[in-house]
Amino acid sequence: MELTELVKESLSTLALNKLRTGLATLGIIIGIGSVITLISLGQSGQKSVQNQIESLGSNLLTVEPGSASSGFVREGFGSGTTLTHADANALANSSEITTISTVSPELARRAQVVAGRNNENTQIIGVTPTYASVHKASIASGVFISQRDVDASTKNVVVGPDIVTNLFGEGSNPLGQTLRINGIAFNIVGVTESKGGTGFQNPDTYVYVPLTTAQSVLFGVNYLSTISVEAKNSNVMTEAENQIGYFLLARHKINDPTQADFSILSQSDILGAVSQVTSTFTSLLAGIAAISLLVGGIGIMNIMLVTVTERTREIGLRKALGAKRKTIITQFIVEAIILTAMGGILGMFFGLGASFIISKIINLPFTVSFSSILLAIGVSGATGIVFGWYPAQIAARMQPIEALRYE
Amino acid sequence: MNIIEVSHLSKIYKNDSVETVALLDVSFGVKKGEFLAIMGASGSGKSTLMHILGALDLPTSGSYILDGEDVSKLSEDQLADIRNRKIGFVFQAYNLLPRTSALKNVMLPMAYSGVQLAGRVKKAEELLKIVGLSDRMYHTSNQLSGGQQQRVAIARALSMTPSIILADEPTGNLATTQRDEIIEIFQKLNRDGHTIVIITHEPDIAEHAKRIITLKDGKIDSDRVNGKKLKKLKLWN
Ligand SMILES: Nc1ncnc2c1ncn2[C@@H]1O[C@H](COP(=O)(O)OP(=O)(O)O)[C@@H](O)[C@H]1O
Ligand SMILES: [Mg+2]
Repeated sequence: MELTELVKESLSTLALNKLRTGLATLGIIIGIGSVITLISLGQSGQKSVQNQIESLGSNLLTVEPGSASSGFVREGFGSGTTLTHADANALANSSEITTISTVSPELARRAQVVAGRNNENTQIIGVTPTYASVHKASIASGVFISQRDVDASTKNVVVGPDIVTNLFGEGSNPLGQTLRINGIAFNIVGVTESKGGTGFQNPDTYVYVPLTTAQSVLFGVNYLSTISVEAKNSNVMTEAENQIGYFLLARHKINDPTQADFSILSQSDILGAVSQVTSTFTSLLAGIAAISLLVGGIGIMNIMLVTVTERTREIGLRKALGAKRKTIITQFIVEAIILTAMGGILGMFFGLGASFIISKIINLPFTVSFSSILLAIGVSGATGIVFGWYPAQIAARMQPIEALRYE
Repeated sequence: MNIIEVSHLSKIYKNDSVETVALLDVSFGVKKGEFLAIMGASGSGKSTLMHILGALDLPTSGSYILDGEDVSKLSEDQLADIRNRKIGFVFQAYNLLPRTSALKNVMLPMAYSGVQLAGRVKKAEELLKIVGLSDRMYHTSNQLSGGQQQRVAIARALSMTPSIILADEPTGNLATTQRDEIIEIFQKLNRDGHTIVIITHEPDIAEHAKRIITLKDGKIDSDRVNGKKLKKLKLWN
């Protein structure tokens, strides 16, 4: 018998008992559905994190205070006080360091920002003019913090677009207006372009003040929280990392690199950490997938065993009329595959729908990957073969005489 | 040449330590075109013999040659092939596929032998016409009377143009009028040259056969040509 005929026959057999067919596929629908949902959300999440990291600048090296234990690679978060504005200037002006183009000294702290009756707790960053080019921050209106602002410790401030919306109202022009940070009045001179960021580290919510003002007026410290360095290009990242590292070690009079009082992170370190998290997440998903498909598959096997028992006489008759073992096996496996493939396809639509809705709710980009569609169909089909195998074997092993006699 | 050649056939069932001798040293031949009835009391070995003749089971000893092929030593799939090509079964309980049209039921054995769909449909339509069901081809089995179902089963038995038609109590579940219809069909098929073996415990059914073998305790008790003049039955339809 041809396969198309067999498929048609199986479909009409399955149509005879729609409720049972529906319930049998439910396990697979839920299994495949949740796998597709999780994978699709995982991929969207990964993509959004990657975009965010890359939008920070791909040639970026970040020097942070605090101890490191191997080379210059940082081991934990420190809130050290070992990096200074002078370190940053020395880096920028050094003739030994050939691989870097721009240095941005920064001091970031969270603080309360007030305008009129509105207030918000947000990230305040003390910057110099180089910040804008290192972090790809562009100005939508007004100007960015200038060298004059830094030299004179002015009380000029540049804000992210979300701050404008939250404190002054959507679409309003905040230039020239007053903003209070920790009770001190600042004059708004610029608004940054939206980066469309999401999540905890969203540059659209940042408030930028001159570095010297942040250090002496706002927070009363003389150190930096970060020195961001832009390398000349992405091929010299490792060299730049080493040059900066040895330069700062020498400046800090430290001989042993393992005793460094700072650490250097590159974009690839961060991406590496993210992809490690992602791959852990992916194996977790694979585990969930395996379990849910196992449960779904057992459901299919159960239904197929019931079907085989119920149709003992039919199987006996088919064998009496000349059906070979292989024919019977094929018939029941095709039935099982149709059950699971139907479940897989329905589950896929269910999963794509669910991930679409969830990604809209939590504001992630929605991505449909071709691989997840292949996975849904492939895995559900394979489940049919695996869990239809045993019932089909039982059917094929039946003796026609016994089966015909079966009541 | 005999189409069935059975010699020294024995079947012994072994369950645990109990041995039941169902057939003992049975030998006979059936010529092409014969109409044979196998009779006997309950437990005399009729069904056992029918299973062996139908290639559904193998004998313990002895040989069975069907249409020139030794059936007693074949594998399961080879037996399936023999059943498909050489034997047309008619069962007491009709055994049609449930909720499947008469046409599809008749087509089933041809599907297993790889006949193309168009050829199957054509042959099935012809056969249903022969058994008088050309107006019932698309009725499903549960929409047909017992007699009609058995006629579908006969059409199915003919679909592969088998060497023998093997019927086990084919009228056992039928009312008298439908019984006569079925017997009439068998007689007509026999007149057209088909070899028919009917197993029955009802003497008035056996009386329509040309030859009657009677079994007793697994052995042939008598093997006689049925001399009685055939009873004239009314035609169906
Ligand atoms: N599967 C079996 N296992 C054991 N004994 C059997 C089996 N089938 C039939 N028998 C025995 O073989 C003998 C012949 O049975 P059977 O061929 O069914 O007779 P009939 O069909 O003439 O009534 C009986 O004694 C019966 O009990
Ligand atoms: Mg019997």
